[in-house]
Amino acid sequence: MKPVILWSDALIYLLVISLAFFFYRLRKDPQTRERWAEVFSSRLGMVTFTVIAAYIMVALLDSLHFRRALENPEGVAVEQVFYDNKVTSVFDLLTGGMGDRFERTYSAPFALISFEKENLKDAAGEDIRDYPPLRHAGQHLQDPSQRGADILSKTVTALLWGLLLSALLIGPQWLLLRRSTYPWYASWLVQGSIICGGVWVVSLSRYYHILGTDLGGADVLYQSLKGIRTGVLLGTLATLIMLPIAVTLGVMAGYFKGWVDDVVQYLYTTLSSIPGILLIAASVLLFQVYIDLNPDFFAVGMEKADAKFIALCFILGVTSWSSLCRLIRAETLKISQLGYVQAAHAFGVSHTRILGRHVLPNVVHIILITFVLDFSALVLAEAVLSYIGVGVDPSMGSWGNMINGARSELSREPTIWWTLTGAFFFMFALVLAANLFSDLVRDAFDPRTSLQRSES
Amino acid sequence: MSALKQQLAAGSVCMRVADLTVVLADSGEAIVKGISFELKAGQIFALVGESGSGKSVTSLAAMRLLPDALKISSGSVDVEGTDLFGLSEARMQEIRGRKVAMIFQNAMSALNPVQTAGAQVAETLKLHTPLRGAALRQRVVQLFTEVGIPDPEQRFGFFPHQLSGGQQQRVMIAMALACEPDVLIADEPTTALDVTIQLQVLNLIRELTRSRQLAVLLITHDMGVVKNTADEVAVMYRGELIERASVKQFFHNPQQAYSRKLIDALPDLGRFRAAAEEEPLLVLQDVKVHFPIRKGLLQRTVDYTRAVDGVSLAIGRGETFALVGESGSGKSTLGRAILNLEEIAGGEILIRGEAIQGIGRSAMLPYRKQIQVIFQNPFSSMNPRMTVGDIIAEGMISLGLALSEEARSTRIQELLERVQLGGEHARRYPHEFSGGQLQRIAIARALAVNPQLIICDEPTSALDVSIRAEVLELLAELQREFGVSYLFITHDLSIVPTLAHKVGVMQSGKLVEQGTAEQILTAPQHPYTQALLAAVPRLN
Repeated sequence: MKPVILWSDALIYLLVISLAFFFYRLRKDPQTRERWAEVFSSRLGMVTFTVIAAYIMVALLDSLHFRRALENPEGVAVEQVFYDNKVTSVFDLLTGGMGDRFERTYSAPFALISFEKENLKDAAGEDIRDYPPLRHAGQHLQDPSQRGADILSKTVTALLWGLLLSALLIGPQWLLLRRSTYPWYASWLVQGSIICGGVWVVSLSRYYHILGTDLGGADVLYQSLKGIRTGVLLGTLATLIMLPIAVTLGVMAGYFKGWVDDVVQYLYTTLSSIPGILLIAASVLLFQVYIDLNPDFFAVGMEKADAKFIALCFILGVTSWSSLCRLIRAETLKISQLGYVQAAHAFGVSHTRILGRHVLPNVVHIILITFVLDFSALVLAEAVLSYIGVGVDPSMGSWGNMINGARSELSREPTIWWTLTGAFFFMFALVLAANLFSDLVRDAFDPRTSLQRSES
Repeated sequence: MSALKQQLAAGSVCMRVADLTVVLADSGEAIVKGISFELKAGQIFALVGESGSGKSVTSLAAMRLLPDALKISSGSVDVEGTDLFGLSEARMQEIRGRKVAMIFQNAMSALNPVQTAGAQVAETLKLHTPLRGAALRQRVVQLFTEVGIPDPEQRFGFFPHQLSGGQQQRVMIAMALACEPDVLIADEPTTALDVTIQLQVLNLIRELTRSRQLAVLLITHDMGVVKNTADEVAVMYRGELIERASVKQFFHNPQQAYSRKLIDALPDLGRFRAAAEEEPLLVLQDVKVHFPIRKGLLQRTVDYTRAVDGVSLAIGRGETFALVGESGSGKSTLGRAILNLEEIAGGEILIRGEAIQGIGRSAMLPYRKQIQVIFQNPFSSMNPRMTVGDIIAEGMISLGLALSEEARSTRIQELLERVQLGGEHARRYPHEFSGGQLQRIAIARALAVNPQLIICDEPTSALDVSIRAEVLELLAELQREFGVSYLFITHDLSIVPTLAHKVGVMQSGKLVEQGTAEQILTAPQHPYTQALLAAVPRLN
């Protein structure tokens, strides 16, 4: 086994560590703690946070990549170890090889036979045209009519195992947190359902394709699950690339005013006057050409796809900072007129110190709100970009690519609905959770809403 | 209708509030505790109290305009024999405006900025009267004339921002009077106005009370306003009416200690501070601050706003110089210019003979130790994300007072105790303090670097009367103790005698008059100073 560290893997772990550190630091500020406590003391906050955390967990597990060592073919004895050209992740292992069981082409959820007719030979050796049985799904069944009972019995066993696993994971939490005033039970409920669902999915996918297969015969559920990493990563990476640009420029424009302000304003008005999609498409295509001209830089196909993905995050980040920059500039303009900044000037506090201690901490709420709000917007942007064909590399599972494929599938009769359903469900759950959570965060952090509450 | 009005004899009761209790909807805590009073035709009833005493809640409850978080738990409000609390919302809507009208503190935010002043008054009339077209316009102009808006025909078409603050408040009054109500509730109607205009508006309300036989409920925190306008006064303290008397009786013989405290906050224009020693600490010579007015595509400077236009003054050591003027007169800009936060277009600023104008940020550092500042709004002058200890320490650190960590924290303890707060407050955050306490912290912050001059920019105007007196007393004490000088910027002439050695009066960027406090307050020369002084409420 040989670990593979993709650029995006390194970035996502770096990011998680720095975020953890950031929140650890924030804990010291009692006001911030009070506000986070407000977010988490609502059941909705707990539930949505658990859902988001589950998504992030999957994304993190899916970001631990390695290449399997290949066994030497019989009769060949070489010292050198060869590695599989395919990159596997820890998440792939956990799904029990869900993605390795390919069919020939489309098949419906829980189907035993293919969706398309093929030329076959019957028992008598005659050529007939019929639906062939699937290669993997339902191989253990003696008789196709046992399917219903088999699914039911496997579901019951899976749920029992799921409950056992949930008890093992939630039990310690209960011991630690039972006296806490936060509504942890809401989180435990969600955790339990996610664990049960996960166990069910893994155990059933050994025997069936739960969400069917797509054109290339790949398991749709597996594809949708792989889309989680892409979606989460794109949302966070692009936001994190955008944040420093927006914050630095916005704060500088609002604080120094004068020509600095002019330059920043010209920059963002110019940027926002160019159609975003056009700019992104042009940049992505440009990078595609670069990748094609320099194939030596990338050892495996996955690295190529990853480089393109990082480029996409970067471009999305670089083109979307203007609205946040505008907000921060306005807030900084306001803050720099307030008494405490004036007092700091009167004390001869240096510009950097004023920016760091007085201005930045007081625009953090805007940054935080934008971070969570933009997250879902960027996940959706990925879907749009893949749809027009400039998004993530097709070899990398992504919801956008799946939706793009569903375009032709939906126009068939009978309709192939499961690819779109899979992508839609996972994207919907993430975006809904992120949106609800960001609403709560905004309510807790936005000084205007807290003002209204105290006035009434 | 007007015939009916004539029948209302002066002194008859128009509105009777009985046993009114308002509670917080979720906790049940009482905000107003069983208040009773009645408003009589042709008389002004003043409800006095500090912020949070429940006086505004009382008026809102009487109009049934309470926010959702508050609830009326018992009591009645009786207007001409009907209990307002028993009416349907639709009937109540008729009472509001027709029988009982309200005017608010901030006229600018109460008027719709995209409608002309005349249209807004006409709208009220349309709702309650059959007047339309030319007759409607005629009525509005007539109302404008009655409330003393100059050139009413023309002002009809003005937008609120084209009117001055006083005129806006007059429009509000015209709107309130449009449907000839019997009762007028005025909630701090003059607090947002300058003193001279404040006086005019109060006079107007008083005249209207007499001429229209209105029953007025005047809500205010300003004892001067009460003394000059009201007939009867009631003091509210923590939701209760603690004292009620006619104005004459109240000012001669207040029953409660709290009432006495309120009255004592009124200025005594008989006593002045003797002039301090004459060694000049700060000298301003012909200081000018101009803000460019830019126009056009290339933002060329076409003209300048002359915020401060040639001011010369001198402040001695241990002396207080009060800079008096109305809002927009440039007094705060001058303060900022001395702090080198504003660029100076001309003139000289000398600290002990050394010119400090136009020197760089780092060259200014040694002088920063000598000049400090206290701002008007204590809530915005502290970073909400820093502890009080860090706030006070900031100046000591950045001005390099070379103190060890321990020495610094002992100094912070000392300072906090000096401004009558506990040393343990250093670890708390600004939002845990009241306005008065925050202003003490601001004083401690300024004192931390041992300054010789503190610029106090309206330090007490955001505070309640009784707390204001305490803060001023603290400032005076510190002056005696440390020999620090103050440049005291204020719009309130009433605090000047107890405070200042010298007074300067500013009007549109110019210092129109300056001299000792006694000279200015007893024998003002400039007509503007005389107008300001005439507007100050007095005890005798």
